Amino acid sequence: MKPAPFDYVAPGTLPEALRFLADEEREVKVLAGGQSLVPMLNMRLARPELLVDITRIPELRTLDVEGDGALRIGAGVRQAAVAVDPAVSAGWPLLTEAIGHIGHPQIRNRGTVCGSLVHHDPAAELPTAALALDARFDLSGPAGTRTVDADDFFLSTFLTALEADEIVTSVRFAAQPHRTGWSFEELARRRGDFAAIGVAVLLTRAEAGGVDRARVVFCAAGSRPLRLPEAEDALLAAEGPERLDDAFAAAGAAARARLDPPSDVHADAEWRREAAEILLVRACNRAWERTR
Amino acid sequence: MTTQQAAPASAGTEQEAWIGRRLPRVEDDRLLRGNGRYADDLGLPGTLELAFLRSPHAHARITSLGTEAAARLPGVHAIWTGEDTAALPPLLNRAELAVPAGLQEALDPLVRALPMPLLAGEKVTFVGQPVALVAADSRYLAEDALELIDVEYEPLDVVVDPEAALRPDSPRVEESWDDNVALALDTTVGDPQAAFAEAACVVEEEFRAHRYVASPIEPRGITAAPGGYDGRLTVWSSHQTPHRVRDTVAGTLGLDPEQVRVIATDVGGGFGQKGVLYVEDLLVPFAAHRSGRPVSWREDRNENLTGTAHAREQTHRISLAADAEGRLLGLRDEILVNFGATTITGLVVPYNSLCHLLGPYRVPHVHIDVKAVLTNTTYTAPYRGAGRPEAVFAMERAMDRLAAKLGIEPAELRARNLIPPEAMPYRTGLVDRAGNPQEYDSGDFPELLRRAVDRIDVPAVRERQRAGEREGHRVGVGFAVYLEATGLGPFESARVQLRRNGRVGLYLGTPSQGQGHRTSMAQIAADALGVPPSVVDVVGGDTDAVPFGVGTIASRALVTAGNATHRAGRLLREKILNSASARLGTPADELTVVDGVVLPLKSADEGAGSEAPEGLPLAALVNSPMTVPDGLGADLSETAHFRPPGFTFAAGAHAVVVDVDTRTGEVEIERYVVVHDAGRIVNPMIAEAQVTGGVAQGIGGALYEEMAYGPDGQPVTTTYMDYLLPTSSEIPDLELDETHTHSTLNDLGVKGLGEGGAIAPQAVISNAVEDALRPYGAVVRRGPLTPHRVRALIRESAGERGEAERPAVPTA
Repeated sequence: MKPAPFDYVAPGTLPEALRFLADEEREVKVLAGGQSLVPMLNMRLARPELLVDITRIPELRTLDVEGDGALRIGAGVRQAAVAVDPAVSAGWPLLTEAIGHIGHPQIRNRGTVCGSLVHHDPAAELPTAALALDARFDLSGPAGTRTVDADDFFLSTFLTALEADEIVTSVRFAAQPHRTGWSFEELARRRGDFAAIGVAVLLTRAEAGGVDRARVVFCAAGSRPLRLPEAEDALLAAEGPERLDDAFAAAGAAARARLDPPSDVHADAEWRREAAEILLVRACNRAWERTR
Repeated sequence: MTTQQAAPASAGTEQEAWIGRRLPRVEDDRLLRGNGRYADDLGLPGTLELAFLRSPHAHARITSLGTEAAARLPGVHAIWTGEDTAALPPLLNRAELAVPAGLQEALDPLVRALPMPLLAGEKVTFVGQPVALVAADSRYLAEDALELIDVEYEPLDVVVDPEAALRPDSPRVEESWDDNVALALDTTVGDPQAAFAEAACVVEEEFRAHRYVASPIEPRGITAAPGGYDGRLTVWSSHQTPHRVRDTVAGTLGLDPEQVRVIATDVGGGFGQKGVLYVEDLLVPFAAHRSGRPVSWREDRNENLTGTAHAREQTHRISLAADAEGRLLGLRDEILVNFGATTITGLVVPYNSLCHLLGPYRVPHVHIDVKAVLTNTTYTAPYRGAGRPEAVFAMERAMDRLAAKLGIEPAELRARNLIPPEAMPYRTGLVDRAGNPQEYDSGDFPELLRRAVDRIDVPAVRERQRAGEREGHRVGVGFAVYLEATGLGPFESARVQLRRNGRVGLYLGTPSQGQGHRTSMAQIAADALGVPPSVVDVVGGDTDAVPFGVGTIASRALVTAGNATHRAGRLLREKILNSASARLGTPADELTVVDGVVLPLKSADEGAGSEAPEGLPLAALVNSPMTVPDGLGADLSETAHFRPPGFTFAAGAHAVVVDVDTRTGEVEIERYVVVHDAGRIVNPMIAEAQVTGGVAQGIGGALYEEMAYGPDGQPVTTTYMDYLLPTSSEIPDLELDETHTHSTLNDLGVKGLGEGGAIAPQAVISNAVEDALRPYGAVVRRGPLTPHRVRALIRESAGERGEAERPAVPTA
């Protein structure tokens, strides 16, 4: 379990990093926290010829709340730093909760938020949270910068809209509406494992007492984070608190009926469907409690 | 945690100051600070690093093998293939494959030995089998070279499932055999046919112990250096049996065993996986011998999970016959063992299963049939418990099925069938693994169960079941009682030597893989000699330190090396007293040794209060031959051997309460109670840690770990992302209790306890889960009990009629 030969550079600026990425001779890969890439290198499942370490680029190491109230997390920011950030837990608590499910402290100390998003393991927590929060990705490449919505960013397992010569410089999360409750629930074989099934729920309480806005996104249910409009519609149909349980149950039933998850050594598809229903109802209840 | 006070010593020595004390482990300071020295830490100048090319196919013919491109890679020094090793004797674990005369005579078993070529020759028979070996300047370069080795394989038909391997049309793993049966035997006690015919109640079930892996935290590691300052081949190995490594390496390379020195380094766990020789154990010294350079191989996790012994996979078709009160009349079992691709340890595991199947129960009529087959999977070998967890899983599950059928509390059914202490020594009618009539030397099994039952409070659990848990949850309680033949022979060695500084060197044939021998063996030596354990330096597993040794396997080190230490210590004490007698002019029988000082018996008896007695420190006894003309005192050392007269039986009862989330299938262990009996305890803290570690590994097998194969013979759980070990988060706090029925077969009264904790968890957790799921009528027939498997059990059981319906109230 030793990687194939590769070169390593750690540029200090973004333009420099982009120049390395523009190398047409060699296969180039960006290295950030390395929590997914390094094991793949060691197992020789990935064999880039040049690794561009972006963690020493100062402008990528910032986390801030911008003028429009959006949260911006740079590509060099570690998951652990985001998890303890008070502005994040105040404005985007779903993100804080999702990060709590990632691996163990050692992994979160190294791993970056953007790295996990770009790696796009469909069982990972962050892509799911990003889709639920309508994240937007800032990409830089030789042709300049562009912005991609989360829904367009995640294509398929380990595949995103990012081109080979581009870098995700940051991810942005718009401010959440008032009275929005959140929950990230997952079942994993052990604490810290990738989810065997997981769900992110955001519920916004209407003035009248029902649900104004709902987001339901599953992880480990397919080849990308899966938003489930049928479940969201069921939640929106709750007209008042007295009908909430029925709405949550209907959303859960929709998940069980609509999801077509894979089978693997950790869980079969049937179990994933059953568990998705239970988790979603659990997540809805918790999210609703947090809308107060 | 409560423990019963240790019973008075039976050893008959006047001082028992140190045995039984909870001394902190002396090894921990060094190991926890990262100052351990493992096989990979030696850093010999000029060392070449080794890497193995391993078969990607489960079964294939090698049609061509080209190494030219790899050999051209800069930094690559040598590449060996099957052609280069064909002239060497293939691997054969002779000690394990031997059939004892008594066993041969009584049972006439079929035991086929399949020698394993060091590197694959014409074909490969499992994924992970070594095909070529590369020596390079670094492991990185060696692995680069592996990619350049050009092997063409012609895939052959594959057999993975042991039942399928028995069919006449199955692919044959070994083509020179007429079938895949590697081992077959059966044994009968009494008249089982009549017993089953007249029984009031019979249960018949099939239970499958699934395949899992020892997973020491340190994979295997070997460094070997040829020549050197003494002209010999030296091998540093993370091995449990260095003397066997020495002899087998010498035999393979055509050397005199004295030309090979094997040193067991610090070892990060063995669990049996490092107790058997594999081809790598011979190939690494071979590479040093051939290249003339020091070489080092450190196994990576992927290799450990695919290329090194797996364990446990057995199927039991077991039947129990009982009278109306649940008293056992007969047992029948057909055991099928999946050996994997070769016969690495022959009878060891299957026979262990056979002769532990009856366990602590009185079963008058028995028929057990055992077969083992070859398949295109990684070979299987002993792992902590070595056949016992499998047998206990089958027997204890069958006992619960019988209890359910009779409507008797499972604990009560067990109590009715346990062998009482007054029946000791007890003969089962079986032949033990050494070929002698199987005899349990001692034990109080009813007391073990009584304590476990008392702690659990079964009526309270039954009341919870009647009242119902929070929605979707069910609790269940389970019991399992087991015993274990410990202290495997044939012998073990200990040498003690008094050094000039008054410290004592203790040299053993048994290396430590984390068991704390430097502490526990020092406690034994301390009592035998009359010194504090802090002056005893324990060296285990250097073949130069003691010429003969067996090793640390089979719950044997404390029994065999411990008693050898005790004997050697007593002999040395005698020598010390004689030597002191000459110096002091006092008769030896009027002297004693206290705290490393020779004292007249009289003053030692007077104790505190009187003036400090005149004493002779031990250091003063070790003198240069120049100053002691007759040489007396120049060498104060003694060697002793212990040859156990038979197996001494440790035992235990485990009890758990589980909470099953019937909607998700998640199993939570609410309580885990262990009552164990390993005779006299030398260091209670180490003993508790051993039991705890064993239970943790057993919980892994019960709930998390499975080495799974696809139908094509590809292992699918080859990293720790897919092969799940329990971590501290998954292991509940254990409630430990112990009893101490001293062994009658050795002076110290000790029994082995290294494996015990791992034997019962799968049985007891499965029993508790089935108890929780009783309203659904679910039967647990295999593990691990993963959430999706538990859900499938509930779904597939006749009892489930949709989630809306409440489960029926249990009747048991």
